[in-house]
Amino acid sequence: MKTFTPATARAGAIHLTIDGRRYDVDAEGKNLLHVCLSLGLNLPYFCWHPALHSVGACRQCAVKLFKDETDTKGRIIMSCMTPVTDGMRLSIEDPEARMFRGQVTEWLMVNHPHDCPICDEGGECHLQDMVVMTGHAYRRYRFTKRTHRNQDLGPFINHEMNRCIQCYRCIRFYRDYAGGTDLEAMGAHDDVYFGRQTDGTLENEFSGNLVEVCPTGVFTDKTLKMHYARKWDLQTAPSLCVHCAVGCNTIPGERYGALRRVRTRYNGEVNGYFLCDRGRYGYEFVNGGRRLRQPLVRTGDSLQPAAAADAVSRVGAAVSRATGSGASAIGIGSPRASLETNYALRSLVGPANFYLGVSDRHLAILRLMTRVLREGPAPIASVRHAARSDAVLVLGEDVWNTAPILALNLRQASSNAPAAAAMKQKKLNAWDDAAVRGAIRHEKGPFFIASVEATRLDEVARECHRLSPSDIAALGFATAHEIDASAPAPAGLSEPIQAAAQRIAAALKAAEHPLVVSGAGLAAPEVIQAAANVARALKKAGRDARIGLVFPEANSFGASLLAAGGLDDAGRVLAAHGGRVLLVAENDLFRQMAPESARSLLASAGHVVAVDHTTQATTEAAEIVLPSCTYAESSGSMVSSEGRAQRYFSVFPPLEPAQSAWRWFDEIAVRAGKKAAAWKGLDEVIRAMTQEFPELRGVRDAAPGADYRLNGSRVPRKSIRESGRTAVTANVSLHEPPPARDPDSPLAYTMEGASIGAPASLNARFWSPGWNSDQSVSKFQVEVSGQLIGGDPGVRLFEPPAQEAGMYFPPSPADQPARDGMLMLVPRYHVFGSEELSSLAPGIASRTSPSSISLSRAECEKRGLREGDRARVTVDGAEATEMAVLIREMPEGTASIAPGVPGTPVLPLPAWAGVTLASVAAEAER
Amino acid sequence: MLKPLTADIRPDRAALPLAAYESAGGYQGLRKAIAQTPFQVQQAVTASGLRGRGGAGFPTGMKWSFVPLSGGSAGGAGADSSGHRYLIVNADEKEPGTMKDRWLMEGNPHQLLEGALIAAWAVQADIAYIFLRREYTRCAESLTRAIAEAQKAGYVGERVLGSEWNIALRMHMSAGRYMCGEESGLLNALEGRRATPRNKPPFPQVSGLWGRPTVVNNVETLCNVPHILREGAEWYKALSPGSDPGTKIYGVSGKLNRPGLWELPMGTTARQLIDLAGGMRDGLRLRGLLPGGASTDFLSAEQLDVKLDFDSVARAGSRLGTGTMIVLDDHTCPVGMVLSLEKFFARESCGFCTPCREGLPWVARTLEALEQGKGESSDLDILQQHVGLLAPGRTFCALAPGAVEPLGSALRLFREDFEAHVHQKRCPWK
Repeated sequence: MKTFTPATARAGAIHLTIDGRRYDVDAEGKNLLHVCLSLGLNLPYFCWHPALHSVGACRQCAVKLFKDETDTKGRIIMSCMTPVTDGMRLSIEDPEARMFRGQVTEWLMVNHPHDCPICDEGGECHLQDMVVMTGHAYRRYRFTKRTHRNQDLGPFINHEMNRCIQCYRCIRFYRDYAGGTDLEAMGAHDDVYFGRQTDGTLENEFSGNLVEVCPTGVFTDKTLKMHYARKWDLQTAPSLCVHCAVGCNTIPGERYGALRRVRTRYNGEVNGYFLCDRGRYGYEFVNGGRRLRQPLVRTGDSLQPAAAADAVSRVGAAVSRATGSGASAIGIGSPRASLETNYALRSLVGPANFYLGVSDRHLAILRLMTRVLREGPAPIASVRHAARSDAVLVLGEDVWNTAPILALNLRQASSNAPAAAAMKQKKLNAWDDAAVRGAIRHEKGPFFIASVEATRLDEVARECHRLSPSDIAALGFATAHEIDASAPAPAGLSEPIQAAAQRIAAALKAAEHPLVVSGAGLAAPEVIQAAANVARALKKAGRDARIGLVFPEANSFGASLLAAGGLDDAGRVLAAHGGRVLLVAENDLFRQMAPESARSLLASAGHVVAVDHTTQATTEAAEIVLPSCTYAESSGSMVSSEGRAQRYFSVFPPLEPAQSAWRWFDEIAVRAGKKAAAWKGLDEVIRAMTQEFPELRGVRDAAPGADYRLNGSRVPRKSIRESGRTAVTANVSLHEPPPARDPDSPLAYTMEGASIGAPASLNARFWSPGWNSDQSVSKFQVEVSGQLIGGDPGVRLFEPPAQEAGMYFPPSPADQPARDGMLMLVPRYHVFGSEELSSLAPGIASRTSPSSISLSRAECEKRGLREGDRARVTVDGAEATEMAVLIREMPEGTASIAPGVPGTPVLPLPAWAGVTLASVAAEAER
Repeated sequence: MLKPLTADIRPDRAALPLAAYESAGGYQGLRKAIAQTPFQVQQAVTASGLRGRGGAGFPTGMKWSFVPLSGGSAGGAGADSSGHRYLIVNADEKEPGTMKDRWLMEGNPHQLLEGALIAAWAVQADIAYIFLRREYTRCAESLTRAIAEAQKAGYVGERVLGSEWNIALRMHMSAGRYMCGEESGLLNALEGRRATPRNKPPFPQVSGLWGRPTVVNNVETLCNVPHILREGAEWYKALSPGSDPGTKIYGVSGKLNRPGLWELPMGTTARQLIDLAGGMRDGLRLRGLLPGGASTDFLSAEQLDVKLDFDSVARAGSRLGTGTMIVLDDHTCPVGMVLSLEKFFARESCGFCTPCREGLPWVARTLEALEQGKGESSDLDILQQHVGLLAPGRTFCALAPGAVEPLGSALRLFREDFEAHVHQKRCPWK
């Protein structure tokens, strides 16, 4: 199964003997634990983690190393701390090594409570697995155990310190890797406590990974606890996170019709081992009370339940009439809906009548980003590329909040250059985590950020520049010009920006794998153009440069490829010819445009049909509402910011009459007489779509079609250990119901069939005999932290053309002069609160900060504002809104608000805004 | 008999002022050192045969030679001249039974400063820290005053003694854990981190404080250095009759008539020391001794003629350690003594690696059970197993291997006492 070892000896390969068997491995510079696990050998460990590397704390991975063939005694070494060298002879099975490993487990179990039956980790506990693997069965320790008081760590993480085995992985992940500060190791000797100084919510946006990083049940998923089921009882499927455009691979788990949790599905190119908290805990909207469960038809002021057939008939008839009248139906697609749903709506209404449900301005940004990536000034960076880059320029994007997992990887990239220098100079091994971190304590790599406001990545940046959007663009254009003189230079640069551009250009040019990151976050086209110029200049200078552009929503990239226009266009068409049929796919127009604009757009349509899985303002305003499925009950494809087409599969069957949105549109098309027969399954939609859009061909190859069989069977979504299968419905009937059909995928809602050997895109769980925890992932990788066997899922749709064709963007003309007394209002996104669906999850909602406007101290002083005051914000004569004032380090003349957060108005950003004092905060609150 | 390190220390241990130190030849070594190249100073110390007095006995000159200076280092690391280099005085004297450094720091702080400055010159450090045990408040006073005096006199600061060399000298009070005395744990503590040890390699000379080249030397070690520079390697070697050169501050504690500290030629025997300490108190018989602090193997009453130098003690099955012995008499329970030591080590384990964190408390609790008459015969097997399990290489640092040295040797030398605890279900001494 493992392919890490080429069978033939090759030049440069390392030969080693493990328990008498010879292996040739291409593992220069790796440690022995990495090598053994990559070979598929079973060697227990705790403190080592594939992304956190070695520190040698737990001593669990001890093996016996022999000097040569004549050495029969050997010595115990820690495999995680020993570099592999040619000719090494070692033994995992050596009795003394086995005895020592068993002893380490016995030590670890000295204080561990035997509470597995009531522990949430039970059944997927690395400690359980390792205890079994080392054979420790009888405890000899007869004294009392140390006990700890647990803490309330907020809505995401449950804390049970008595189970701790002090592997230190939690603080190494939380502090060193994710940059958190409020989780610490305290105390000493056999009384080390991992927690916060006081009870309170863990602040870091990646805290949920503690659940997977912890090898036992100290940190467990608090949301799972609310509706607990064992890993083996969870029905799972390979899925995607829908809460941003990074496209992290996930494994959601369901039981009894409710989604119970989301875990990481390793993808070497995308998210690796981690997820952000929005991605892990946003899932609760799936179970939320706002789910639409049946078709609704408006009677007077209220929406009343209706039969699906009736609702479809009514819509079909309306569409049919509209087509006949020459004013055909209008479709508004969605950046959070699948390609298939957007395509089905487009097919229903016709290409010319399909609009993406985002503002024209927003669509222009998406189009610009698509153009840049399609033309390819440089290849698009995957997250893995980002993590490996040795110089980074972030222009305008607050990546931490708009693409968290990309940011987490950029955080690691910041130390690549100093680490490489230190490793060379001090002869360190890359996996010797403490040594590498210790050697570069105060050094920061060539990592540059230009942003309007402080970002959480600033702490790893060598330089941070607080600039207005136009100055950020100017800095980018100037940097490109400094790298390549043929790149156009911006006019009228200030001295500091010019100097910064020179420094940044020199650093990027000195790097081998420089990366430029920007995105839609500032909604500033000139910033994206500047980023493209920098990437192009670096490429021209012969660097292995990459570019990364952050798209706003899970399928913004994919949906924009299908659309003829944006919302403003759709509004104009609707207004021009009243009484049309409007179909809205999984989109709340009230989040995309100002409420009065949304209202008038909807009012100008004759019939409004909204399809969505969740009640929102647009469904509430619609005439007919059809219930669709969330990602958890449907299959489909999305395109991530990387231009990676990926497939997600339903975790559990939809509760009828809800069905995938594309099915509703397809049924309507058939009913309206636009099609002879309905699509039989997802594959047919994809086939039609890729015929029409050859650029999307990769979507088809993102995963096997529904006719794929593994050893003649579908791939099961349930584990072989699922309990209670025959008992679940026994109170209704003794006859076991047949499993639900799934025409859209080769997965089955059963436990029958084998899953081992399935392609990675169909892998519904990481499990291997003896490895019940997530740590079993190494059994699915070609090499530890390498790609999954058979390839990481997803297909990149865009690679730069072979012929260098693109041109530099000309620097945008000098910014329009600041309007007297007005501030340039820009968006400020938040991991918690800015995204629509995750905000419906109670945990995420509780972590969302109240709506606010931030501005600089100087601007506050001009206006007599103090932190906490209420400010009155007016944009282009729109109704004034009041928001709390935050004083932040940001350029004068700018201000920011948090779109999506409750209380923040939908405004066309960026925009000139008037900001004045509305009311003074109570003195006591200061 | 020459006592270069302590001859000038007053009986009341009041700190020797700068003037008095200078008139006794003080800071001549530093002047000589600065007139030489750092490499020459390293060679001079290497030639003297000085070995580290902190416990491990590593040759001091060789330790310095691993610092990458221009032209490379013995360790093979390339020159590293792009930032600070550090010299750190390990004054976190926490080995049980050991108080030799305190005597030197209280009584003659300038001698330590001069040694540290010479070492700093030899490795071209520009910042030196004295990492001082928190409880040593008198040392802190004497050192603070001495640093101010040395600064005023131009021995510390910019352009030392008219040279191009700048050296900052600062004192840092340890937060106080045994682990801080381990040089890499000390470095983490000094950086404001948890005092957990670091893996080696990289050695501190290559990647030490804040990742910069760093040398950590014990107080007594550095106090030898001015004399070596001033008087030369041959003079220094002649201080001792044996192969280990120089003098050693020896200490004796236990139920003796006059426990104390003496500076004596390296290689003085245990018997001579016990005689100096006035022998055992009335009616008591010596049963064994820990030659170099708590983390060394017991020597038996038959081994009193072992020369107390690094190699001879090692040949006898123990370690010279800090050279400050603890004597066990026949009216003291050896199990109780070992319990007291293991409780200390279990408490002072940093909690980083499993064998030490979990093994030592198990050992301590087992010994406690024996002392309380709750021992079981399998307890002796568990103790014996831990001696083997907590061996060097199996634990992360040397703390646990050191901790089981007295345990392992006690189980061997005083086996019948352990067994008596089990069989009589009580401590026979109580």
